[in-house]
Amino acid sequence: MAKIGVFICHCGENIGAKVDCSRLAEALGEHPGVAVSVEYKYFCSDPGQESVKKAIRDNNLTGVVVAACSPRMHEATFRKACAEAGLNPYQCEIANIREQCSWVHTDKDMATEKAMDITRSMVEKVKRNNNLQPIEVPVTRRALVIGGGIAGIQAALDIANAGQEVVLVEREPSLGGHMAQLSETFPTLDCSQCIMTPRMVEAAQHPNIRLLTYAEIESVDGYIGNFKVKVRMKSRCVDMNSCTGCGDCITKCPLKKIPSEFDCGLGKRTAIYTPFAQSVPNKPVIDKANCIYFKNGKCKICTKSCQFNSINFEMQDEFIELEIGAIVVATGFQVQNNAQYGEYGYGKYPDVINGLQFERLASASGPTAGKILRPSDGKEPQTVVFIQCAGSRDPSKGVRYCSKICCMYTAKHAMLYAHKVHDGKTHIFYMDIRAAGKGYDEFSRRAIEEDEASYVRGRVSKVWQENGKLMVRGVDTLLGKPVEIAADMVVLATTMIPQPDAKEFAKTIGIGYDEYGFYNEAHLKLRPVESSTAGIFLAGACQSPKDIPDSVAQASASASKVLALFSKDKLEREPVIAINNEATCAGCWGCVLACPYNAIEKKDILDRSGRLIKRVAFVNPGLCQGCGTCVTFCRSNSIDLAGFTEKQIFAEVMGL
Amino acid sequence: MSEPFEPKIVAFVCTYCTYAGADLAGTSRLKYAPNVRTIRLPCTGRISPMFILKALQKGADGVLVSGCHPGDCHFTHGNYHARRRWMVFRSLLDFIGIPPERVKYSWISAAEGVKFAELINSVTEDIRKLGPFDQYKELIEETEAEATH
Repeated sequence: MAKIGVFICHCGENIGAKVDCSRLAEALGEHPGVAVSVEYKYFCSDPGQESVKKAIRDNNLTGVVVAACSPRMHEATFRKACAEAGLNPYQCEIANIREQCSWVHTDKDMATEKAMDITRSMVEKVKRNNNLQPIEVPVTRRALVIGGGIAGIQAALDIANAGQEVVLVEREPSLGGHMAQLSETFPTLDCSQCIMTPRMVEAAQHPNIRLLTYAEIESVDGYIGNFKVKVRMKSRCVDMNSCTGCGDCITKCPLKKIPSEFDCGLGKRTAIYTPFAQSVPNKPVIDKANCIYFKNGKCKICTKSCQFNSINFEMQDEFIELEIGAIVVATGFQVQNNAQYGEYGYGKYPDVINGLQFERLASASGPTAGKILRPSDGKEPQTVVFIQCAGSRDPSKGVRYCSKICCMYTAKHAMLYAHKVHDGKTHIFYMDIRAAGKGYDEFSRRAIEEDEASYVRGRVSKVWQENGKLMVRGVDTLLGKPVEIAADMVVLATTMIPQPDAKEFAKTIGIGYDEYGFYNEAHLKLRPVESSTAGIFLAGACQSPKDIPDSVAQASASASKVLALFSKDKLEREPVIAINNEATCAGCWGCVLACPYNAIEKKDILDRSGRLIKRVAFVNPGLCQGCGTCVTFCRSNSIDLAGFTEKQIFAEVMGL
Repeated sequence: MSEPFEPKIVAFVCTYCTYAGADLAGTSRLKYAPNVRTIRLPCTGRISPMFILKALQKGADGVLVSGCHPGDCHFTHGNYHARRRWMVFRSLLDFIGIPPERVKYSWISAAEGVKFAELINSVTEDIRKLGPFDQYKELIEETEAEATH
């Protein structure tokens, strides 16, 4: 006989204000099979959980339904409490009457009716739940970190320093990411290269880190603890073992005017190149799109200059297969193209540049060796206008979200400019100054008070060229007056957006993303570094716009999650898997066709003398992920999905 | 009829996309019609046409099926199976005399809380316009009555 306990949580007023919990408890108490039906303010609290445990013990309950928040929130909490009271944890179900009822409805009667239906339906399901045992799977103690910017490097170093193996994959020829491009960093103004390049070297030389640069993830299969990852090693046309990085080939390459990606188009590079002088590994690649040999089959001057015969034009892409236990995704961001702001003239006037380009101008390793010079004529600009929120907080042309770092980097740019051009003048158009962070507000005040940046609260409507000047027309909303400034250079505080292929990449590795393409965390507050897929973690700006301290903190958090995973010999997995009834299976192999994981094998049933009786489907519990597609496919109703059986679902429907 | 007809709708949704989208609508405190009862499944691939028929038989005026967008399935292609099954099932519905408009099919991702709320409102309105779904229930009652004779 079923003895179900129903526990109705008020969640303070979150549920209590919109659902009549007493009426709900009363109605459920009369439902067949319900032995206990009680309400309480916070069942997730310690006394709340204790009362659930006590009710299980006192009444010998066979199943528990907690009518509360989403199962995505506290299913694990209550299953654990049930287990502590001696009940199989899979005899506990959650009726979601908060996210999908009290929070979304206004009519109390109708919300209460709906809550009753939801809870009854779960009671009917629980009556048919089976005791399940978690599945144990082995863990491969090797982490994959995707992305070699500051977040990826930090995560890789933390895991490697704890004694575990790491494979660090970067798709560019060098580690470094965006941080290597920056000049100085806020709020300390320490040189980005000086803190970044030693970390790059450390990662490359670490005995526990296998570094794969100029490589991309081709596919990811498997599951937590047991991923199978295929990596494409793009052909560099340079043999990494024999090349010493002497750079003779770079000096000899006749093509010298290819816009450098690293310098955001402000500097030039050759066709055989390293992205920047401090590249790690400091070994060149050939840019096949521009190289003369790849275009018309002639040249090969670099081959002649190489003393080590390292250059091989015939080199092909290679594939590496890796066994991986956990993945950290740190694929970073890109800056938005400002083409949609035609009125600012980006791309039309060479002296209208974006924030990242200003970083390259201000960087000692940049195309101007750290001098602030206009791209158009190489002269020092005397007046610079900065436009904040160029793309962010603008649903009509850009994105709705705040790009987070722009207020701070613009303040930094104004300071760097003031330190280099002493008689220069800066004007900053802003919407709000968002300087939340340790030392951040002090830093932006310093830009105003010590370095005399003039902040104008308002938007810019137009930038045009007149008499060799860039005329900037905007409005000062505090004075309520239009403003016109004759500038020599305009810098747009461009928004951070996801990588152009972020969504496709998410599909390749199987994680969720938001409307923009930033990767979704499992829970914004309580599981901020885990993706929705077990064993895959997030670090840095691939999740949302982030500054360096936040990226590093998140990377270390991801690393600690990976290490916690690696601290066990075996992992416990949810036992939601398909199970086949071999007695009724007809061996039609429909399930084999349906299974996305190749988890269904053909098994021979033999009699005592070893003669084949029949062949049936067998679900490999290690490979099955529990989607249930095979169950629906099964013509003889032989396969069922534990936790979501046919009986359970029909009962749920009947309970409504 | 003095009171407006309040349809009863059963939704079968996958836990990774649409259920998460519904949770997002909740955490965003969006408001939508209270007529839909959701049944959570691991994947739309798990949804058997029998569940839909059972819901209609049990008294639902409409059924909603919603999963991840094509290409986004957590289980790589469960939603493609669901879609193919739906294409066939729709003709069957038509054949056995159940108006296919009673069964809605959609994609809602975990990020689309607003879209979820809009979908629930529009499905509720559509089913409300179609009116109570009695003929199937009557048919079943008749069949069951005959069987007991």
